[in-house]
Amino acid sequence: MSDSIDNKKIVDRFAGEKREHSYIEDLDSVSTADKERMRLAGIDTTTRERSATYLQKDHSLVHCNVTQEGLEVMDIKTALETHGWLNEYVWRLVKPDKDEFTKQADEVPHLGYFIRALPGVKSLSPVQACLYLATDSISQNVHNIIIAEEGSNLHIITGCSTAPGVASGLHIGVSEFYVKKGATVSFTMIHNWSEGVVVRPRSSIRVEENGRFINNYIVLNPVESIQMYPSTHLVGDNAVTSLNSILVAPKGSHLDIGGRAVLSGKNTRAEIIARAITTGGTIYSRGQIVGEVPGVKAHLECKGLILEGGGSIIAIPELEGRAEDLELSHEAAVGRINQSEINYLMARGLTEDEAVGVIVRGFLHVDIEGLPPELKEEISRNIQKSQKEYL
Amino acid sequence: MLHIEDLKVQIEGRVVLDGVNLDVPEGKTHVLFGPNGSGKTSLLMTIMGFEEYKVLRGKIYFRGEDITGLPIHERAKLGIGMSFQRPPSVDGLKLGELIHLIGCEEDKVEEIASEIKFEHFLNRDVNVGFSGGEIKRSELLQLMAQQPDLLLFDEPESGVDLESIVLIGKTISDLLKERDGGGRRYCLKKEREKRKRSGLIITHTGHILDYVDADEGHVIYNGRIACEANPREILREISANGYEECLRCLTQ
Ligand SMILES: Nc1ncnc2c1ncn2[C@@H]1O[C@H](COP(=O)(O)OP(=O)(O)OP(=O)(O)O)[C@@H](O)[C@H]1O
Ligand SMILES: [Mg+2]
Repeated sequence: MSDSIDNKKIVDRFAGEKREHSYIEDLDSVSTADKERMRLAGIDTTTRERSATYLQKDHSLVHCNVTQEGLEVMDIKTALETHGWLNEYVWRLVKPDKDEFTKQADEVPHLGYFIRALPGVKSLSPVQACLYLATDSISQNVHNIIIAEEGSNLHIITGCSTAPGVASGLHIGVSEFYVKKGATVSFTMIHNWSEGVVVRPRSSIRVEENGRFINNYIVLNPVESIQMYPSTHLVGDNAVTSLNSILVAPKGSHLDIGGRAVLSGKNTRAEIIARAITTGGTIYSRGQIVGEVPGVKAHLECKGLILEGGGSIIAIPELEGRAEDLELSHEAAVGRINQSEINYLMARGLTEDEAVGVIVRGFLHVDIEGLPPELKEEISRNIQKSQKEYL
Repeated sequence: MLHIEDLKVQIEGRVVLDGVNLDVPEGKTHVLFGPNGSGKTSLLMTIMGFEEYKVLRGKIYFRGEDITGLPIHERAKLGIGMSFQRPPSVDGLKLGELIHLIGCEEDKVEEIASEIKFEHFLNRDVNVGFSGGEIKRSELLQLMAQQPDLLLFDEPESGVDLESIVLIGKTISDLLKERDGGGRRYCLKKEREKRKRSGLIITHTGHILDYVDADEGHVIYNGRIACEANPREILREISANGYEECLRCLTQ
């Protein structure tokens, strides 16, 4: 298969010299430049509004701290040593032989985080995890496990970023999520890479009875390529998922972002929403909904905006109904900004650029469920910033 | 304030105005009548500068300056503002945010919105799902933030219920009042010197005449201005004899 040859080539490209990083007790001592890169990925180094923080630099765990009882956050290696039972959760939802990248994550692992909420525990503020690429042209292969025990409520922000001056690298992230009975996980992932970084997350989520999984994915800044297709399995009755992505592809970025929801529990619900903007890059926005039992409901929506710069957006919605009496729908639209909206705002005194800016910001402003207000503001700020730079 | 000379306008390859001459002096409010499709909206859109309304001939002057070729936002900056008959909606942009962007101080947005009983709509996306009457209020609120000197109203009272029409009428009359610095109380922009305002209002029913001192009326017919007279007289004439009479006027 040519795919696997290409994938092998990608893996081989990032064989740069690896470095160890020492543990950072006080995150305040992180350089201002690094802090800013992390901030753009939603990571707050003051940790004031966070119930736990996990920070991994290249292959080293450099900071890990939990302030709320009932939450467990550690690197996966330590977690496997701590909990004998954890083996039951590793490589269960994602298979190591799935592709070259999962294989790499299996054979050459570089930690990753373990986040768990004990039964009934509700995270009072988000748990944050940052995967940071600090060395040029290396590969970072992480394996993450997230477990929300019965009735718990886990709020996670993960920010992935490169350090200033790191132009290229490979990030492979295998993530397995277990949302148990009546639990809720809201997972917001913000990517803030640089032009030469290749990103291959491989995620799978299992949601039990009455569980809820909310996934928000945001990428606004340039990257070489990202390809991912998280798969959410609603196996328990009344399980619900909502997968949102906000994608901006400047010139040179290649984004292939999808999401799959498999509805096999009774009365399950899914919603997949994507907002995509290209200013010169390529975006594949995929979505697949599989309804396996009667009575389930799901909706898929992709809206794409092509701004100046000659980029392209390919929206590929897929609906697969395998039972009677289910309701699956999709809605996709790709185009440019409506000139009459620009004119309307200009008639109120805004310049053309201002009008375009306001409309673009509005377009990206899907009301995302489960986002804490300060993160909403942060995203708003990020959008405005990337707008200034790239739009 | 507004002076139009021999204007010929085409949209989508079709001539909609041909030979329009119009003068709205400073401090005066004029009213435009005319049957459906006669070119009233087209005239206002052309004054505002919408490019799809292509000027084939003639000139538009605002305060003596030829603005025929100016882009929309520069006309707005000069002091021209319009309430649209059918404005587009803008997804994701909150009305309150727009009011602020137009020039109203952030902490005053709610206050001016409440003047037109529209404060509960500030958190809604601009015009998205607004009813006909709500659109009118949204438009007026935007003009209240903008405070233009030449105000163009395209059927501001059509589709408005009898109770709300009082509010709409008063707001329009207030917008048309002579202003000194205090008139721009909510706006961030530089205070302007005392200025007289002018208005051009499109109406079918004439209800707005009960609230606004209109100085003159015009009838547009077949893309031309057929007459100039007292607006109430025109209204009476149209009610009695329809627009057919205008044709006679035109061909006289
Ligand atoms: N985008 C367009 N494409 C084609 N024709 C148009 C367009 N816009 C306006 N027209 C035509 O131009 C003519 C004048 O339209 P206009 O909107 O100015 O009429 P109006 O006098 O405002 O009518 P009403 O009282 O119904 O609002 C109409 O015949 C209309 O169909
Ligand atoms: Mg009209």
